[in-house]
Amino acid sequence: MRGTPIVSKLLGIPPQALFGQLLIGLINGSFYALLSLGLSVIFGLLNIINFAHGAQYMMGAFVAYFLLQYAGLGYWWALLIAPLLMAAIGMALERTTLNRLYHLDHLYGLLLTFGFALVIQGVFRHEFGSSGLPYPIPPQLSGGQNLGFMFLPNYRAWVIVFSVGVCLGTWFVIERTKLGAYLRAATENPALVRAFGINVPRMITLTYGFGAGLAALAGVLAAPIYQVNPLMGADLIIVVFAVVVIGGMGSIMGSVITGFALGVIEGLTKVFYPEASNTVIFVIMAIVLLIRPTGLFGRSP
Amino acid sequence: MTSSVRAELEDETTAAAPRMTLRHQAVAFVVMVAVLAVLPFFVYPIFLMKALCFALFACAFNLLIGYVGLLSFGHAVFLGSAGYVTAHAAKVWGWPPELAILAGTAAAGALGIAVGALAIRSRGIYFANITLALAQMIYFFCLQAKFTGGEDGIQSVPRGMMFGFLDLRDTTVMYFVVLAIFLAGFLLLYRTIHSPFGQVIKAIRENEARAISLGYRPEHYKLIAFALSATLSGLAGGTKAIVFQLASLTDVHWTMSGEVVLMTLLGGLGTVFGPVMGAFLLSTIEHYLAQLGAWVTIVQGVIFVVCVLAFRRGVVGEIARLIRKPL
Repeated sequence: MRGTPIVSKLLGIPPQALFGQLLIGLINGSFYALLSLGLSVIFGLLNIINFAHGAQYMMGAFVAYFLLQYAGLGYWWALLIAPLLMAAIGMALERTTLNRLYHLDHLYGLLLTFGFALVIQGVFRHEFGSSGLPYPIPPQLSGGQNLGFMFLPNYRAWVIVFSVGVCLGTWFVIERTKLGAYLRAATENPALVRAFGINVPRMITLTYGFGAGLAALAGVLAAPIYQVNPLMGADLIIVVFAVVVIGGMGSIMGSVITGFALGVIEGLTKVFYPEASNTVIFVIMAIVLLIRPTGLFGRSP
Repeated sequence: MTSSVRAELEDETTAAAPRMTLRHQAVAFVVMVAVLAVLPFFVYPIFLMKALCFALFACAFNLLIGYVGLLSFGHAVFLGSAGYVTAHAAKVWGWPPELAILAGTAAAGALGIAVGALAIRSRGIYFANITLALAQMIYFFCLQAKFTGGEDGIQSVPRGMMFGFLDLRDTTVMYFVVLAIFLAGFLLLYRTIHSPFGQVIKAIRENEARAISLGYRPEHYKLIAFALSATLSGLAGGTKAIVFQLASLTDVHWTMSGEVVLMTLLGGLGTVFGPVMGAFLLSTIEHYLAQLGAWVTIVQGVIFVVCVLAFRRGVVGEIARLIRKPL
């Protein structure tokens, strides 16, 4: 690490700023990865882009807030309950509405989830306004470590480690287990998998629930960092769409790696060229599309 | 689009008697013009002009979703950026309104070619995703660029004298100019849909592989349709900027892209008159809900859900089904 201050001195950037932005980049990258992972899993099996993903992320954070406010249940309970609750709501939504659209063009699924996102965000904005509600960092994770070249808050380190763990776990389940094999097979050819006696509709419901749960999990993780806000998922989800396009839709590892990498790139852009930090991910998407229309890790459709 | 959507859409190309089709569409057109000519004497004309701009915008959008089968989720940038260029030309450069609107329209067309060239290489959901992301990029550009005025937008744009003799400060004159622009755009789109070019884009929508085998290059047709749609969206945006004397971030934001999808869906995808109907219906709803803040979003969302689940033909599509004639 002795070399790093020299590097940052050469570039004329104070090391605190550089590492600070790198850390923020990794944090954002964690959320990009978790959200694009959920989108990818849903897209793979249902062939719809879940526009409600941002709203589900926001609702995850709100569930954490409600649990603390009205039930006295803290962060760790929220980390367990919010994803399960949102997964249940997601499955109910899939059973009652989304499953009526599978015989139609996939665009209708997108429009339906977009409608849900508008309703959910509208209701929360109506109830709670546009200003954020604070959510405390759990006491076990408050404080931080002084690493010499920067100060690392414990909670942020936890978010990164936990997100990587969840992403790897999901990857393992899908790529290395029997259940995952069924899932991948159903993605390729649902009719054939059904003919083998596997309940594909139930698998679709569970998959949608899993994706919604992942979004809620990301929401709980985000609650202590960003404030709990009805619109916290609205703009974020568009960035995540771009991440999914860059990574290649339907690729699990692709969306995870791309998520973290783009978070870091965005953080670095904030240090070196702040004006472009909002657009850099979209610019990268345009370039990737020019070179590889199916995304970095995607297969040709 | 897959075959299932085709079944949902009423398509005049398959109508058995084309001459009959033309006749009752002509009747519907005359009724529409008559209503629009009389309406400003009964209804607040500023509101009508807003609805007309949105109607043109929705018609332009419908060319893509209804006839090429491409869902663009970033169409607001063409509306909004044309608004900025028009407002800038009229206010800072002092151009007359007709040239300012033309400049905005041309800018939207150029932007449409650039965005279209990137996006048409993909289809379906990918296309929607990519147009949305590119639009968000342009939104952030508009937020940060100097000439757009950031959060304030470009305010108090002069309406000026059109062609040197039409005083647009007079609301009635302004209204009929907007109506003329809308009708010109509407007829151009109608002509496009019923031209040989329109037949080819519908063929591509129905079966792209077969269109290729017949010697057509889908990318060219899709790009031209995309550019035309963007240009006419720009015409709507430029006109809107002159009417309201304002170009703002609202018109570039993705919520506006969602609104135009909703207008077209509510009126009827792939119908000639549907987008106009949808634009007027949604503008009316929003007009009455405007004071209620977040309720606008909730109601829009509910309409989306209801339309997708139970009302996929839209208002005009349902009427067309009842009278068994495409509209």
